[in-house]
Amino acid sequence: MNPIKIFKAGNDAENNAAESIWYENWLLLKKNRSAMFGLYIIIFFVFLAVFAPVVAPFDPYLQNIDLRKMTYFSWPYILGTDDFGRDILSRIIYGSRISLVIGFFAVSISLVFGSLIGLISGFYGGWFDRISMRVIDIMLAFPYILLTIVIVALLGPTLLNAMIAIGIARLPQYTRIMRASVLAEKEAEYVEAERSLGVGNMELMFMSILPNCLAPIIVQATLGVGSAIIESAALSFLGLGAQPPTPEWGLMIASAREFVSNAWWIVTFPGIAIVLVVLGFNLLGDGIRDVLDPRLKD
Amino acid sequence: MDNNRFLDIKGLNVSFYTQKGVVPAVRELDLWINKGETLALVGESGCGKSVTASAIMRLVPSPPGKIESGEILLDGKDLLRLTEKEMQEIRGDRISMIFQEPMTSLNPVFRIGEQIAEVFITHYNMDKKGALAKAVEMLDMVKIPAPEKRVRDYPHQLSGGMRQRVMIAMALSSPNPGLMIADEPTTALDVTIQAQILDLMRELQKSIQMSLLLITHDMGVVAEMANRVAVMYAGRKVEAGDVYDIFENPMHPYTVGLLNSMPSNEKYRHAGRLEAIEGNVPNLLEIGSGCPFESRCRYAEPLCREKFPDVKEAGNGHSVWCHFAGDIKFI
Repeated sequence: MNPIKIFKAGNDAENNAAESIWYENWLLLKKNRSAMFGLYIIIFFVFLAVFAPVVAPFDPYLQNIDLRKMTYFSWPYILGTDDFGRDILSRIIYGSRISLVIGFFAVSISLVFGSLIGLISGFYGGWFDRISMRVIDIMLAFPYILLTIVIVALLGPTLLNAMIAIGIARLPQYTRIMRASVLAEKEAEYVEAERSLGVGNMELMFMSILPNCLAPIIVQATLGVGSAIIESAALSFLGLGAQPPTPEWGLMIASAREFVSNAWWIVTFPGIAIVLVVLGFNLLGDGIRDVLDPRLKD
Repeated sequence: MDNNRFLDIKGLNVSFYTQKGVVPAVRELDLWINKGETLALVGESGCGKSVTASAIMRLVPSPPGKIESGEILLDGKDLLRLTEKEMQEIRGDRISMIFQEPMTSLNPVFRIGEQIAEVFITHYNMDKKGALAKAVEMLDMVKIPAPEKRVRDYPHQLSGGMRQRVMIAMALSSPNPGLMIADEPTTALDVTIQAQILDLMRELQKSIQMSLLLITHDMGVVAEMANRVAVMYAGRKVEAGDVYDIFENPMHPYTVGLLNSMPSNEKYRHAGRLEAIEGNVPNLLEIGSGCPFESRCRYAEPLCREKFPDVKEAGNGHSVWCHFAGDIKFI
């Protein structure tokens, strides 16, 4: 029995109306400090991304040849300028837009298609299951970054294609997780009970089984946003993602790597931004996993 | 008389195709239930009771299960000839089912009100609001206190007895409840709750004139609920008849064994140990053509091993499948 429920029942007569499972999980998550810290980091960057034009002191594309490689804390360029005299802080703020979009977009691709394939192959089995699982096996046999690079090379090196490539390359994980949970869930008694009430396959699959399989997928997706951001930075670093002069964090590091000895701040601050965002998603993801893992509950 | 039969199963055979061979789970089963009547299907674990129930619902897991032959007539219509879509309309409409495990038979992520309302949305084309109002009504009918609050509960917030009530409410929500199959509805509940649930089922059955197929291994529940009894053993029906005849004059050694293992049997009124039926259900893969109970029967003769007995009638619809029925003097 979890302590929150007892507390509720004992003290809050009006709140006796049942709380949803998600609300209860949220209460548990709120008590997890590192997860909340991660969430605050994410909220901070989302805020930066949404209000970038307001928050950023300068135009991220504005070049100023006279002010090249200004060091940090040289007012008004708080984090200094890069080799084209562009304000690094503004570029990082605008870069958060790109990174977050990449993270969510790439994860959405693998989440939607991966889960769908996993759901169908787990539920129906048969030839669809056999074929899709063999394809997944083949995809998993490739080194992950190599697979991403191959897909980008096929599609062409743009930011959108990098996102698609990351999404496709990460898809097998979601398929596997979803299929495993569906296989376990479809043997549950409530599925048979609902069948006996005349519920059809489609409804069973999407309305009954899917909601019960969401927990591990949510954890995977949260952690996945962080890794997608790293991977897009890596692709941009390799010249396969965003193209100059886009203020993409990985690209910022790549294009300034020759100055790392005499102007380290140009490389370091975008790096710190990547680390922070990824850390945020990882902390939140771990926290969600702790909450949703039944073995750690009660 | 036949017209009165609401459910009429004729010559049902269900097999499971496993790696070790074909397991005949139900063989040549004849079973019928009249309108408004309760038939108890009795037997120990693994004798084919639940498979029979799944076969009526056409929910035998396939593969490995397969309904080989037979007819399942519901109100004169053969369920085995319906398409999957037609069958889906019958499930939850004419036939509904209550399961053994109330703890796991409800979907954990939805409020119970939503789950009951789902039945009304599916079978009555009601809107969500009206369906939820009906859900409250149904919870009230199965005597859940404060139903307007309880509809907002999740299954994990209810006790086992309450969940079973919710399951009954869902089963009763069907538009034309003709037959309810209760697969060991009280096995997972404690004794006080058992009695309440049984009372509730009997009361509701009377009020809507529904037929009830009660699957159980608890002879106490049978005595309380049933009009007629069918005893199954290893996939075969071995004895069937009126509940009084079965309890007063059991003719199959297996039925006698079941009755003797009841704590409330008169034999035990003055202490003494419970009597067990020695041995286990035989492996269905190894059953020959003889009587399946032969290996455990203390009255078995060589004939029993060779041939499954023909039916013997003892009047009043009491039939028994034993070579020596009526000849044996039970101690």
